[in-house]
Amino acid sequence: MSNIALRLAWRNLWRYPRRTWLTVGAMIFSNSLLVFSISLQFGSYEMMINNTLQAFTGHIQVQREGYLDDPKMRYVLPDITAMADRLRSSLDSNQIAARAAGFALVSSNDRSYGLQILGVEPEFEPFVSTIPGLIKQGRYLDKDSDEEIVIGSVLARNLKVKLGDEVTFLGSGRDDSFAAGVARVVGIFETGSADLDRSMAQVSLAYFQDAFTMGGSGHSITLRAATIDEVPMLKQRVKTLIAGRDKLVVLDWEVLQPGLKQAIQADMTSAWFMYGVLIILVAFSVLNTQLMSVLERTREFGTMMALGLKPSNLARLVMTETFMMASLGLAIGVFIGYLITAYLSVVGFSYPGMEEMADKFNLPDRMYPNVSLLSLTLGPGIVAIGCLLAAIYPALRLYLLLPIEAMRAV
Amino acid sequence: MSAIHCMQLCKTFKQGDETITGLDHVDISIEVGEFVCLSGPSGSGKTTLLNAIGGLDTHDSVEIHMGNIRIDQLDKGSLADMRLHNIGFVFQAYNLIPVLSAQENVEFVMQMQGIVAHERARHAREILKEVGLEGMEDRRPAQLSGGQQQRVAVARAIVSQPQLVLADEPTANLDSVTASHLMNLFSRLNQHHHITFIIATHDKRVMGYAKRLIKMRDGKIIGDEKQTPVAIEDVADSSG
Ligand SMILES: Nc1ncnc2c1ncn2[C@@H]1O[C@H](COP(=O)(O)OP(=O)(O)O)[C@@H](O)[C@H]1O
Ligand SMILES: [Mg+2]
Repeated sequence: MSNIALRLAWRNLWRYPRRTWLTVGAMIFSNSLLVFSISLQFGSYEMMINNTLQAFTGHIQVQREGYLDDPKMRYVLPDITAMADRLRSSLDSNQIAARAAGFALVSSNDRSYGLQILGVEPEFEPFVSTIPGLIKQGRYLDKDSDEEIVIGSVLARNLKVKLGDEVTFLGSGRDDSFAAGVARVVGIFETGSADLDRSMAQVSLAYFQDAFTMGGSGHSITLRAATIDEVPMLKQRVKTLIAGRDKLVVLDWEVLQPGLKQAIQADMTSAWFMYGVLIILVAFSVLNTQLMSVLERTREFGTMMALGLKPSNLARLVMTETFMMASLGLAIGVFIGYLITAYLSVVGFSYPGMEEMADKFNLPDRMYPNVSLLSLTLGPGIVAIGCLLAAIYPALRLYLLLPIEAMRAV
Repeated sequence: MSAIHCMQLCKTFKQGDETITGLDHVDISIEVGEFVCLSGPSGSGKTTLLNAIGGLDTHDSVEIHMGNIRIDQLDKGSLADMRLHNIGFVFQAYNLIPVLSAQENVEFVMQMQGIVAHERARHAREILKEVGLEGMEDRRPAQLSGGQQQRVAVARAIVSQPQLVLADEPTANLDSVTASHLMNLFSRLNQHHHITFIIATHDKRVMGYAKRLIKMRDGKIIGDEKQTPVAIEDVADSSG
């Protein structure tokens, strides 16, 4: 290092190693904590989104305008199978499936329950929903499924039915006519979400259209994007593809699942409030350290000014020292944070009170933090900026120094 | 052309209700290459005069010329630049940067002057050799004696060939042998490099080295005479 000013800045840090390490230690602590909690946050949001959306909702749905708020049977997409086919070939994706939905009273010999019956395309439903993959007994529907039904495990228990038993359903069709049918239970799914397992049954779309006098129509086409980031782009493409079709809307998951977005935002707000407090505390400790270090060097700074250095040279020295301290805290903090987080992203992590959230959003009982470049750098980057900002005040004080008076200081 | 020319220099200090006179209408002209001692008892205004000449302090009514420049009219930044490039300071208390080695202390000022790295190192070693500190370039101030530290401070002050060196009681903390080494060094630099020296002191032996002796009392100049300096020992000495 041939730059004496940099050498000077570095050695100044170690005049009082304990004080410097305390400050750097505060940075290391908060940086590794930030890396861990932001990674955990990102990981849990991703899990919340994936588990909720993949289970059933999908990332995007095409519906008739108004259906979301008021799911009337007659708000339909006509010729829905053809339309789904066209989307699949235009978008070159099979993560697209048509559905129809109706409310029905489902009865076994013993009992009756009101619930949602879904008509699905059995060959495509597995690409947009995890439910077909969560069949615990029997099998999922196939494309020849007629008069076959799959139901959730809680519903099976409630109805006291087992594989091969028949259930009857009663509802009203698209034209308000009486809709009824008898279907054989071929599969029982278990998603882990009591809500889904209690209140859903699925039949094939063709059978549904038949029983509920839907003709060729259905209620929604559900699409899944490769990643959550591609949703806006996909949404735009779908919009273009269905342009001209009357009264159809393309809705993304934020609209389909407003609760999810709100839960994430609420969690984000409270988390960032805590991070903010942490960052301010660290910044104050830097302010304190640098103020002390400037004050105790008053005499030395006076000499330097007498030799011809300007306050700006001295301010740059103090900022360089702070930058070095912040870099040290950043490097070590990110490294430690990365080690902890990477370890926990493999073995998983749980904390008290987590079950409530886990239940609500259909999460597993262990969390897996998601280490990414962003989660590694976001928090520590803001800490470093905060520290540099905090050093501005001590640096500015140097502009008040008069060489003669400063040199008289002890 | 005068190196320094002050006219009617006044300085007062306010201390509570009291007004203390630091300098009382001082006129002084110092030529390039002079070797001047400011003598006088403590409190006579020597430091105040040096600070005024070096642009370290504000003053009341003045004209201070350095070469063609009215330094009393320069702003803070220009004053700093002038000190950096044209004036070397030596203080009573050495005032080295404790975390830098002898060579780094000298080089730091050179870096601020904008001198490139390889030239800095070579030049700093040369000048440290000249002040008799060869082999001690890497020592920190705490590992040097008082005399050695003062020589580092001198090396720092003269490394870029300033026009003027201002030294305020440079020998006050030195024993007499070390003090005479330092004065020999000053005399040699004055002879060989034509650097103007103004040294404030109340040490009789130091005054012996001056070619011109200015006596001060109560902020006034009360005597100003040329004299023949004592013979200097023209040997670089590494002791002390
Ligand atoms: N900052 C100051 N505040 C008040 N009085 C001062 C200050 N600096 C110097 N003086 C006064 O000015 C006079 C000259 O001081 P100084 O130049 O330091 O004398 P010398 O260097 O010859 O000992 C003294 O009376 C001293 O007390
Ligand atoms: Mg004095």
